[in-house]
Amino acid sequence: MSEFNAPTIAWPYPTNYGKENEVTADVIILGGGIAGCHAAVHAARRGAKVVVVDKGPVIRSGSGGAGVDHWHAACTNPCSKVTPEDMMEIVRVFGDYSYHEYGNGITCYIQCKESYDALLDVEKMGVKVRDVDDEFAGADFRDEKTKLMFAYDYVNRTCIRVNGGAHIKVALYNELKRLGVQIFDRIMVTRLLTEGGKQGTRLVGATGFDVRTGEFYVFNAKAAILSMSVFAGQWVFSTELTGFGSIFNDPNNSGDGTAMAWIAGAELALMERSGRGLASGFFRYPPYGTGDHNNTWFACTIVDANGKEVPYVDREGIVLKTVSERYRPAPGQKYFMYGRMGPQAIWGPGLIPDLSERIAKGEYALPLYADLPGMPELERRAIWGLMIYNEGKCSIIYENYCKAGFDPDKDMLQLPVMPPEQYGRGPAWETYGPRQWREGAFGGGGGIVFDWDLKSNVEGLYVAGSQQYSGGTHAHAAATGRYAGRKAAGHAKDAKLGQIDRKQVAEEKMRIYAPVMRRDGIGWKELRAGLCRVMQDYCGEFKSEPILKTGLQWIRSIRESEAPTVFARNPHELCRVMECFTHMTIGEIIMQASLARKASSALLDFKRLDFPEMDPPEWNKIVTIRQENNNVRVGELPMRYWLLPPYAPNYEENYRKHSEL
Amino acid sequence: MVEKAYLVSNPSSACKAILFDADLCTCCLNCVEVCRTDVLIPNPEKDKPPMVLYPDECWFCGSCVAHCPVPGAIRMEHPLSQKAGWKRKATGEFFRIGMKNPPPPNTKPPVC
Repeated sequence: MSEFNAPTIAWPYPTNYGKENEVTADVIILGGGIAGCHAAVHAARRGAKVVVVDKGPVIRSGSGGAGVDHWHAACTNPCSKVTPEDMMEIVRVFGDYSYHEYGNGITCYIQCKESYDALLDVEKMGVKVRDVDDEFAGADFRDEKTKLMFAYDYVNRTCIRVNGGAHIKVALYNELKRLGVQIFDRIMVTRLLTEGGKQGTRLVGATGFDVRTGEFYVFNAKAAILSMSVFAGQWVFSTELTGFGSIFNDPNNSGDGTAMAWIAGAELALMERSGRGLASGFFRYPPYGTGDHNNTWFACTIVDANGKEVPYVDREGIVLKTVSERYRPAPGQKYFMYGRMGPQAIWGPGLIPDLSERIAKGEYALPLYADLPGMPELERRAIWGLMIYNEGKCSIIYENYCKAGFDPDKDMLQLPVMPPEQYGRGPAWETYGPRQWREGAFGGGGGIVFDWDLKSNVEGLYVAGSQQYSGGTHAHAAATGRYAGRKAAGHAKDAKLGQIDRKQVAEEKMRIYAPVMRRDGIGWKELRAGLCRVMQDYCGEFKSEPILKTGLQWIRSIRESEAPTVFARNPHELCRVMECFTHMTIGEIIMQASLARKASSALLDFKRLDFPEMDPPEWNKIVTIRQENNNVRVGELPMRYWLLPPYAPNYEENYRKHSEL
Repeated sequence: MVEKAYLVSNPSSACKAILFDADLCTCCLNCVEVCRTDVLIPNPEKDKPPMVLYPDECWFCGSCVAHCPVPGAIRMEHPLSQKAGWKRKATGEFFRIGMKNPPPPNTKPPVC
């Protein structure tokens, strides 16, 4: 039987490939996730006519659509003892929790300043946020006056636990509708349109198609916000569990925004960053669906198979005697963030750092268990009931496990059995993946370069959320989203609507619909898996010029051979096919960025066999790439460019000048 | 034996992901409308629950279950390879998701 399998049942949606729909707006927001929705709210509040476009349904789309438990860097909340400037002093960058030099201070500071305001926004939209039902009255982590609940450091209180975070996206969606924002669900945006159809000229709009009906869309706008998040699934793909492979990222996050920005001439940074990040979901367990002590499960008591407790220690390695000490900074420590990451100044409590060795020696017997029954009642209820429910994809964990009889008052959820050296390296449900190379976790990887206006180098194009290079968490998306919304609305006020180049549109239409006219050829899954193979081989842990150039030859060759034969039997498949084309472009970008950085870097998990010296001082800079007349142009930015001319040398002044508040 | 054998391909995925109770489902299509990856489509046959067209693409976010107005009409299940287990502290008894003769359900509502 041919792969095509002669279809007989008609697609259930009214299909009309190529039918054109034209939409005009002041601001188009490409990507309706958390960043895009907060951007839409704030652009609309400033009087702009706003359109939001999303590949999925905005009511639940995006990584934050499935829920959120932690609201980070809410430094301006009334209980916080850490100011935004304090946080920038030690943390400096937020990125993906690595707190390393290659993060971005602009968005870190914006998050510190506006994260709490964004939370107040969603509270007004109907999300409870506080312990309004007094379920946790008297708890160590609850402020009696404000009823805010805190996570991690209960003394310094910068991270808020979100009551009702499970349905935050629904509240945002309803607010968008209330504000009269025009929402286009299930439209895959495929190309940015530029003045005269040229690369590098100002943005005039975008094209897309409906993933259910196949209809074509042309958007014409004075300004655009790109908020399509990270590129994910670039190295690792399962043909049978394509959705499950993605943990934190919505599987729709293919990197479409980054690819189309590159084609339009935008400058990108950090695309060479990749690493042994969180393993793929299909190799382990559902996120948070096993016993753990990290993140959502912090700081659950862990016991071994014989009930022996695994000690927690502070940043110095001193064993903590009580549960409440796990939520306090060490003597002499100003505050802690989370875990043993970044500068030791902000390390928090964790399990004994030599747990792996002691398991291997037989001191602690596997399997380990999360001893929820052994936790104080309110801490137990906070973990299983507040955090496991509201965190993304956890409402179903809570419901299914409770329905199956799991009772946190009586039961200890098992941690996965792993080789001893894996313990303590990250979330228990993910750390036993096969050793595969993949994109940087949590958005701390490559993306679009931006300035203090969250503007890219393409006129009229703004960037928010994890679409930015070195993006971050839910609160980061919310904070940068609302900021970009204000800025784009301001831009649109003074801008003139650009003219769509019909030739650019016609070319794009031909490109998009070619696969639906084919009756045989390669399926999208085979193409996708093949591209991942190219990434694993030619853009994996160890790189060199000949390796990377061979990789580029492979992608070029796939563009000539397999790509022109890929078929789509319905608009949904067409979307998957177009995602393959995005992955080809992303692969090329990553390889070009890797060629441009002629030095290895421990900070970026970047290893070049032909330039083995780690982080030589002359390469401590941000390497950028962009296209000019379809030629790759390598550029650079100094570290902390955001505090160098033309900007002010401190965060407060830059924020005052640019934030429009 | 009278059982017949059929000419069929392998299923597209290791699991079904989404299951319906046809007696409870009212075909409101809420689940279809909130799924981010269009795993579900309206059933081509009238008055039948949505068809799970792309179980392989399920992200297991649970939005379909969250938006269903009829308790029990829709279930989301992780595949066997993703089912977790636990131990009862007081007795050492082993339990796991999907076992035969499970313990009684825990009906305590979440905080939200």
